[in-house]
Amino acid sequence: MRNKLGLFLLSITSFYTSADWLDVNMPVGVTDISKEVFDLHMAIFFVTVAIGVIVFGFMFYSMWRYRRSNNKKPAKFKENHKLEILWTVIPTLILVAMAVPASITLKKIYDHEAEEGGMDIQVVGWQWKWQYKYLDEQVGNKPLSFFANLTTPPDQYEYNRVEKGENYLLEVDEEVVVPVNTPIRFLITSNDVIHSWYMSDFAVKQDAIPGFINVAKTTINEPGIYRGNCTELCGERHAYMPIVVRAVTKEEYDEWVAEKREAMEQLAFLTEKEWTADELYAQGEEIYKTRCAACHQVNGAGITGFYPALAGSEVVMNDKTGQIEILMEGIRGSQMQSFAEQLNEVDMAAVITFTRLAWNNDKQGDGTIVVPKDIVDYKKGDL
Amino acid sequence: MSAVIENHEHDHHGPQKGILRWLFTTNHKDIGTLYLWFSFLMFLTGGAMAMGIRAELFEPGLQLMDPIRYNQLVTMHGLIMIFGAVMPAFVGLANWLIPMQIGAPDMALPRMNNLSFWLLPSAFIILLSTAFMEGGMPGFGWTFYAPLSTNYPNIAYFVFAVHIMGISSIMGSINVIVTIMNMRAPGMTLMQMPLFVWSWLITAYLLIAVMPVLAGAVTMLLMDAYFGTSFFDAAGGGDPVLFQHVFWFFGHPEVYIMILPAFGITSHIISTFSRKPLFGHSSMVYAMVSIAVLSFVVWAHHMFTVGMPLAAELFFMWATMIIAIPTGVKVFNWVATIFKGSITYETPMLFAIAFVVLFTIGGLSGLMLAITPADFQYHDTYFVVAHFHYVLVPGAIFSIMAAVYYWLPKWTGNMYDEKMGKLHFWLSFIGVNVTFFPQHFVGLAGMPRRYADYALQFAEWNAVSSIGAFLFGLSQLLFLYIVIKAVFAGKKATAQVWDGAEGLEWTVDSPAPYHTFETPPKVNG
Repeated sequence: MRNKLGLFLLSITSFYTSADWLDVNMPVGVTDISKEVFDLHMAIFFVTVAIGVIVFGFMFYSMWRYRRSNNKKPAKFKENHKLEILWTVIPTLILVAMAVPASITLKKIYDHEAEEGGMDIQVVGWQWKWQYKYLDEQVGNKPLSFFANLTTPPDQYEYNRVEKGENYLLEVDEEVVVPVNTPIRFLITSNDVIHSWYMSDFAVKQDAIPGFINVAKTTINEPGIYRGNCTELCGERHAYMPIVVRAVTKEEYDEWVAEKREAMEQLAFLTEKEWTADELYAQGEEIYKTRCAACHQVNGAGITGFYPALAGSEVVMNDKTGQIEILMEGIRGSQMQSFAEQLNEVDMAAVITFTRLAWNNDKQGDGTIVVPKDIVDYKKGDL
Repeated sequence: MSAVIENHEHDHHGPQKGILRWLFTTNHKDIGTLYLWFSFLMFLTGGAMAMGIRAELFEPGLQLMDPIRYNQLVTMHGLIMIFGAVMPAFVGLANWLIPMQIGAPDMALPRMNNLSFWLLPSAFIILLSTAFMEGGMPGFGWTFYAPLSTNYPNIAYFVFAVHIMGISSIMGSINVIVTIMNMRAPGMTLMQMPLFVWSWLITAYLLIAVMPVLAGAVTMLLMDAYFGTSFFDAAGGGDPVLFQHVFWFFGHPEVYIMILPAFGITSHIISTFSRKPLFGHSSMVYAMVSIAVLSFVVWAHHMFTVGMPLAAELFFMWATMIIAIPTGVKVFNWVATIFKGSITYETPMLFAIAFVVLFTIGGLSGLMLAITPADFQYHDTYFVVAHFHYVLVPGAIFSIMAAVYYWLPKWTGNMYDEKMGKLHFWLSFIGVNVTFFPQHFVGLAGMPRRYADYALQFAEWNAVSSIGAFLFGLSQLLFLYIVIKAVFAGKKATAQVWDGAEGLEWTVDSPAPYHTFETPPKVNG
């Protein structure tokens, strides 16, 4: 059925050179559930098309056949009980025929039990990024965890200065790497407002709601890179928090986990290293672009009424401890989040240093920098 | 039915002169006119915002506005079209038509009628004034989901505007119910009432039932935002999903509030131009009542992805699918009315036919959306946007346009320009389909709604959609021109206007005198 439809669409649209004109239907997806959902979708689609053809066909025929120039004398009938019973009963039967398989598929989707050999990944929605915690992969005493931020540069989407890349708005700095043929439970929640984790290829869409944990279980059948979006309006950068899942073989997955572990151990070494202001500034500038510029803007001016300016800010210029506290704890009741989990000690120090030196803040303020050790001290309560 | 044509001895008791006529009027025709013009003004405002949205979406990337502004336009477009354009247009039609269709001299509560209208401009001035404030207009979507909305600037203005609109709607509904229950011409039983009157009676009950729920939702929001409560704040022990349950308990009946009067209008017009009595008058009434009752038990189909238990998902799926049955009955009745008629295609009939076809397409995509497992794919994508615009634009709004063309000669005494009317129809028909049909495609392919910017594979159909939107939007200026022209000039209309039209409103002169049916007509069963 799928192939026939594809061929049909291909034949009527083949005169277009661009393949995107063909992108008019739901993806079949790469899980058993997504294939079942696709079949349900096509079945109900053909039912509605059939109803449409019959009803509109009869209607257009009547409109043409009984136009005034062709039929001067209208009939006078007002009702026909047999007919009315018929067109109540037949739709009822069609609906039952649709609802039964839909209910069966739904029951499968609602199987949320953990399985032998499966894994759990916690997904946390943040304004405007996703955090992933691999609950079964411990590093030290914490689960392996990272944030996925959009990497499409503002030059592509905001200023339109450079050509848009192939995966425009569908690319992130950290892909969610998962093994194929493994039952994965995504445990979805949110840190701030409601988001929704939507992966069309898995037929998964679950709202990320603060205070709730929603479960979406999926088993990916084919290796590949799959891209998805946030589908619940969560503020201005709603369109800029994509999802990228890379499904790989079990061996490749294990290698990836090992690399992640190593990188996290490396970090301890970097924290103790002596950093210069220039090094911190350079690293901080990159972090500022992906994590901060969305609200506080590239030039540090913020958006009046929404996001305070950092350029010329009293805290950023003269209150080093105050600034670390804001980044570590966030500001309750505002959209300023805690970055304690999102940035490691080095990145945190770098981005703070960057804001304290950029936009003439160094000349107007005290010009002090923050080094990774300051962040470590803050965490210990020594700062 | 037969009726006694009223006399004109009260003509000296005419309207006041100048602006005061409109400020202090208690006349149902004047108030109906005010409602209709206000609605048209809001339709153009909301339409201009829609064109802003479509202009931004013409190609990927941010060209015209930042996402904050974009979200504000999306939000205000929804609020203005629902509460400013569609609902007041139906209330305007109710004011003009209900007294004339049931043979009553006016609405039962004329002073309250004046107040319900004048509250509306106040509400929209409050809402739109946020455009000039720091922080700007609301940008959390017309559904204002907490906790996004509770942290937004200027939310108090939004809340108070919604309260005032709600009070206006409740008063208008009370007026409609009291009028219909008490002021029908002697001999007119409930089942003999014209279908537009029936549709409004049901609509009014829905409004009275759900407007207080909306008021409750916005009040809780206000408390959360300013008075430290945590109704919807998980960190304070509240429940963000509760908001959605309360909102959609209002929201789903609200959807039918915007379509039931359209059913009434379409029934009149199709019967008139088919020159044949409506097929299944009483089954139409039962179908509308069933739809209204069912509208209270399907709200959570807007929330299939919030993580409800399986039993709830199944209940709301089955309940939603049941609505297809009475809705189908209505469509079959319209088609059966056309069958063996003697049909002509004046502008109102064209709009009514387009209503039946395109509303049905919207209904069929609604049936697809009811299938919960598939809804996990459709939910919050452009497929949903296409679905509800099919039922609201060529649905509700086409029916309003059909009604305006149909009754305009009765209101103004002049025929509208038929050629221009048909041109307006065809431009609108093409525009609406070019705008919304491709949105099914991008939705199925996975484009989420309320996105200021989108991935490259959606570019082509979005460009098509934007072109359609501009065609549709600009065509409405033609509508404005046609209506203004008919107000001031045009072929004089007879009292009957359309040779197949039935009902008391066609027994009075065109234009309808300032006061009609001061002596009630007699209606024979």
